[in-house]
Amino acid sequence: MAGRARPRLAVWKFASCDGCQLSILDCEDELLALAEAVHIANFPEASSAVEEGPYDISLVEGSIITAHDAERIVKVRQQSRLLVTIGACATAGGIQALRNFGDIGEMVAAVYASPQYISTLATSTPIAAHVAVDFELRGCPVDKAQLLEVISALLAGRKPAIAAHSVCIECKRRGITCVMVQGTPCLGPVTHAGCGAICPSFRRGCYGCFGPMETPNTAALAGQWRRLGAAPREVQRAFRTFNAAAEPFLRQSQAHDDQDDPG
Amino acid sequence: MTQPAGPGKAAVIARAGLQQLLDALGAAGYEVLGPAVRDGAIVYDRIAKVDELPAGWTDRQDAGRYRLERRGDQALFGFVVGPQSWKRFLHPPVETLWSTRQEGERMEVTAPQPDATRYAFVGVRACEIRAIAIQDQVFCGGPFPDVGYAARRHNAFIVAVNCGEAGGTCFCVSMGSGPQATAGFDLALTELLDDAGHRFLVEAGSAAGTAMLQGIDRRAATDADLAAARAAVARAAGQMGRTMDTDGIRELLQRNAEHPRWDQVAERCLSCGNCTMVCPTCFCTTVEDHSDLAGTSAERVRKWDSCFTLEHSYLHGGSVRQSTRSRYRQWITHKLSSWFDQFGSSGCVGCGRCITWCPVGIDITEEAAALRTAAAAPNRGQDGTP
Ligand code: SF4
Ligand code: SF4
Ligand code: SF4
Repeated sequence: MAGRARPRLAVWKFASCDGCQLSILDCEDELLALAEAVHIANFPEASSAVEEGPYDISLVEGSIITAHDAERIVKVRQQSRLLVTIGACATAGGIQALRNFGDIGEMVAAVYASPQYISTLATSTPIAAHVAVDFELRGCPVDKAQLLEVISALLAGRKPAIAAHSVCIECKRRGITCVMVQGTPCLGPVTHAGCGAICPSFRRGCYGCFGPMETPNTAALAGQWRRLGAAPREVQRAFRTFNAAAEPFLRQSQAHDDQDDPG
Repeated sequence: MTQPAGPGKAAVIARAGLQQLLDALGAAGYEVLGPAVRDGAIVYDRIAKVDELPAGWTDRQDAGRYRLERRGDQALFGFVVGPQSWKRFLHPPVETLWSTRQEGERMEVTAPQPDATRYAFVGVRACEIRAIAIQDQVFCGGPFPDVGYAARRHNAFIVAVNCGEAGGTCFCVSMGSGPQATAGFDLALTELLDDAGHRFLVEAGSAAGTAMLQGIDRRAATDADLAAARAAVARAAGQMGRTMDTDGIRELLQRNAEHPRWDQVAERCLSCGNCTMVCPTCFCTTVEDHSDLAGTSAERVRKWDSCFTLEHSYLHGGSVRQSTRSRYRQWITHKLSSWFDQFGSSGCVGCGRCITWCPVGIDITEEAAALRTAAAAPNRGQDGTP
C-alpha cells in the first residue's frame, strides 16, 4: 500500500450514546493498523484535530432527532465518497425511537424544567431515511470485529463478509444448546446475526440488538412466545427495544398493542 | 447358536470394562468424545471417565421441545440423540481453507496442515452411523474428495450404541437406518440392565475393534445376553415417536411443487436455519474471504450454511429462492427426493433432530404426510382452485 495516499476517514455522531464510536477505540490491538491504513481526518471523540472534507469513508453513529441533524447529515453525505452507518441508532433509530410511540410534547414537558428551550423532532429516524447509505452495520453496540471487517473490505474494494441471516445459525455453529426449545423465549430466529449469539451462550434468550434478520417471520415467532407462556405485553416489550422502529419489529410490537393479559 | 455377529464375536463387559475401553482408546492416541450433560442437554464432548457419561438421565423430546429428566435406573445410554451430531467434528462448523501473506513482491499461500486428529466417538447411534455414511458419499464419493473430512474420517474409531429406547421424534425404523447398528462401526455396544446386572453386549465390526477389545476384561456372551440385546432393540423399534411413509416419496415430492401446503408451512417457518444446522446429513457451506487492514494478508474461511438463507441461492442479480415457501420446499425436497438423484439414497435418516430443534416445531414427517393426504384428494386444482 506504500506510495498510495491513505484514504481519509471521518467519524460522525448524531443522537447516540457514543458506544459504537467507542468500539473503534476499543480496537486496541488493531488501532495502530487502522491509523496506518487510513488517515483519520475527523474523529472528535478521539482527537480535537479536525480536518476539512471531502472524506473517502464516513462512519456515522446515531439517529436523526432534530431539524439541525437532518440538515447536517445531508452535508456529511455531500462530503463523503462512502457513507457507512454504524449501530442500531443509525440503522434503525435506536432506543430513542421509543418517542415515536408517544406524544413528544408530553415527554419533553415531563422531563425538562424549561421545555421551551427544547427543539426536537417528533420521531427518531435512521440515517437511511434521510440520505443514501452505502453500508449499514448493525448492533447495539456494533461488534468490533465486524467493524474492522467492513473497513478492511472497503479498503480492499470487496464486499464486507457480514451475514444477514438469523442469530440461530451463529448459535448452532458455536454448538450452543437452543434455549428456546428448552422453554426460554428467544428473539434469535428473527434477529440479524453479528453478535455471535452472546446471550444464548449465557443461557438467555436473544434481545434482538442487531435488529431484524433478512427474512424475519416475527408473527410466527411471537405466536411461539405466547405458547411458551409469554404475555402479549412481554412480546411487545421484546420487540420494542433498540430496534423498535425497524419495520418488522415495529409491526409486531404494534400487533400486541391492545391485547390484555388473559391471565 | 444364533449369535447375530457370529460365534465368538459377541462378548459382555461390565461398567469397569467400559472404563478400560475409554482408557485403551486414550492410550492409543484417540481424542475420546462421548455424550455428557451440558446446559440441560446431552451433547458430545471430551470424556475420560465413565462417571462423566449421563448416568440416570433421559431426554423427553417433541416438536420444538427438549427436556432432560431423571431415570429410575443408572443407565449410561438411556437417551437418544441431542442437539449436536458427530458432524461438528468430521465437518467442523468453521474451517480455514487457506491463508495468504504478501512478502515483498511474493505472495505466500499457506494451506492448513492436514488434520491429524484421531477421534474416537463413543455412543454413536444407528441413525448417526447412516448419516456418517451419507456424508462420506457427499464429501468423498466424487472425483474431488474433501481432504480434511477424508483424513478425519479415516482416522476415526466408532463405538456404536444400539438404542434400547426410542425418543419422541425418532423415526429411524421408517427410514431403515436403526435402531440397531449393523455395519460402519468398530465396536457396537448394547446396554443391558436387568436382573442379571448392568452390562454391555459388545460386538466387533472391524479388525481395529477386535484389537481394541484385547486388553479389556470380558466374557463370552450367553444366549440369555443375546436374547436380552435383541429384546432391547426390538423395544426401541416398537417405540418410535414418529413414522414416515416412504412409499413413492421421491415422486410425491416431485409431483407436488405447487401444493398449497407450502404456503401453510411458510406461515409458520422462521427461515432460521436450525433444522439444517442440526441435521446430521446437511452439508452446505459458504465461503468467506477476509483481508486485513493493511491489505497484506487474507484468508478464505468455510462456514456451515443453510438453504434457508437468502445468500445460499444468490446468483448474480439476486436470490433465486426469495420466499420462505420456496426455501422450505427446497429443503424437504432435497432431503426426501432429489438426494436420491444426487447421491443414490435418501438424505434423511429419521433422527428427529430437525423436529425437536425447530423453534416452532415444524415436523418433517407431518409435512410429508400432508402432501400425501391432499395429493390423494380427487380433482384438486383441476377446476382452477388450488
Ligand atoms: S437459543 Fe435462540 S438464537 Fe440460539 S438457536 Fe435457539 S432460538 Fe436461535
Ligand atoms: S423449519 Fe423450523 S428450524 Fe427450519 S428454518 Fe423453518 S422454523 Fe427454522
Ligand atoms: S431431515 Fe431431520 S430427521 Fe432427517 S436426518 Fe435430518 S435432522 Fe434427522
